Amino acid sequence: MPPARRAAQGLIDAVPGTAKRTFGSGVHYVFHFNVVWDHWRDLAGGAWLTIRLSSLALVIGMALATVCAYAKAAGPGALRLIVAAYVEVIRNTPFLVQIFIIYFSLPALGIAVGANEAALAAMVVNFGAYGTEILRAGIESVPHGQIDAARALGLTRLQTFRHVVLFPALKTVFPALASQFILLMLASSVVSAISAVELTAVTNSLQSTTFRPFEFYFFATALYLAMALGFRAVLGGIYWRVFVRGRRS
Amino acid sequence: MNRSFALPEFIYLLAALRWTLLLSLVAFLGGGVVGFVVAILRTTDSRILRLLTTGYIQLFQGTPVLMQLFLFYYGLAVLYDMQVDAWPAVALAFTLYAGAFLGEIWRGSIQAIPPTQWEASACLSLGYIDQLRFVILPQAMRISIPPTVGFLVQLVKSTSIAAIIGFVELTRAGQLIVNVTFQPMVVYPIVAALYFAVCWPLSQLSRSLERRIDADLGVKRHL
Repeated sequence: MPPARRAAQGLIDAVPGTAKRTFGSGVHYVFHFNVVWDHWRDLAGGAWLTIRLSSLALVIGMALATVCAYAKAAGPGALRLIVAAYVEVIRNTPFLVQIFIIYFSLPALGIAVGANEAALAAMVVNFGAYGTEILRAGIESVPHGQIDAARALGLTRLQTFRHVVLFPALKTVFPALASQFILLMLASSVVSAISAVELTAVTNSLQSTTFRPFEFYFFATALYLAMALGFRAVLGGIYWRVFVRGRRS
Repeated sequence: MNRSFALPEFIYLLAALRWTLLLSLVAFLGGGVVGFVVAILRTTDSRILRLLTTGYIQLFQGTPVLMQLFLFYYGLAVLYDMQVDAWPAVALAFTLYAGAFLGEIWRGSIQAIPPTQWEASACLSLGYIDQLRFVILPQAMRISIPPTVGFLVQLVKSTSIAAIIGFVELTRAGQLIVNVTFQPMVVYPIVAALYFAVCWPLSQLSRSLERRIDADLGVKRHL
């Protein structure tokens, strides 16, 4: 055992409750967090896929949400109805069932995809619906006088949407979008059910081969918490960069 | 010869729906008690209590429900070296999950009451408990109803995750039916439709309550 590892193990042993602990009526369990450390590469790979899937779903989902929100605000009646139905169906059914439907329907449509792509598609479809609803609220918060003014200046509907409505709307609802994104990132643990090998799936297979479920789940939970806090910080930075500092210059 | 999806299979799904509803109800009631305590503690003057309850909310809102479920189901099992039944593990995990979200919603509702209400009731020489009971909570409760109903939708949907550890509710029942019929494109949309039938009315209720309360507050503002 390398000296650094031995020192770390010594530290772990020194903390009461990690080495050997008695619960209730003489039940003993010896924690072995070094098993987790032995598999850090696999765990990091799983976490990296979670991060990639979530980030991609954020970007593509936001694009989808923007198009849908525009269609809902200014599109023809039929299109509005379709968008409204899409939003309501996604918001009132579980993500897990959406994943199953997308995973099984893509091959039926003749699109051969792996589990990762199906997971990404499900996340995009899910985030797109929530994003549409959140953006709609932001768009409604833009004073109507601004839109009238833009139209009076000769901007087309699309130009008005892009330059006058979207930016302030995004600024208003940015915190809500960020929260929804964190929820999506956490919910992505569910895609392990279709065998996409993100953090949860990696954790599952490791705990079943090492018989150390508590340690692995505990560590993975901590990793998710760290990723949630990390994403929150990054999104906070983006908000500051784009909407606070960007406005001034 | 495969079985195909017919009336008996549909009735099986309907029967499984009651476990989804029961689990949601248990989690909502248990989470309601936890959430109430958390909301009150988060608005007290005690720093340590605020810190503890904030930590609890951060922990449960910042980690996936699935992980919480695994920890309670498999983690506790090895810790105590015994088989944990699915029901208590799932009920406990979803209770704590609901408690974190409801606590946060209700804290917001309590803090939305203007401080002048606290001050006015203090001037009437009401104690802390009486201030809460007669002045703050009745008003906070009104504001909190729409988001609480909205969270109920989220809770019903998230109980589907219990399917992953083998707890037989609607989604798991759907998986079982798919295993015998090999008709995922029939079964899963029906499962989704059943969830929709439960969640959509709740969503609409939440929305209309919100509109009504906004209208009431609007009237008050104009007085």
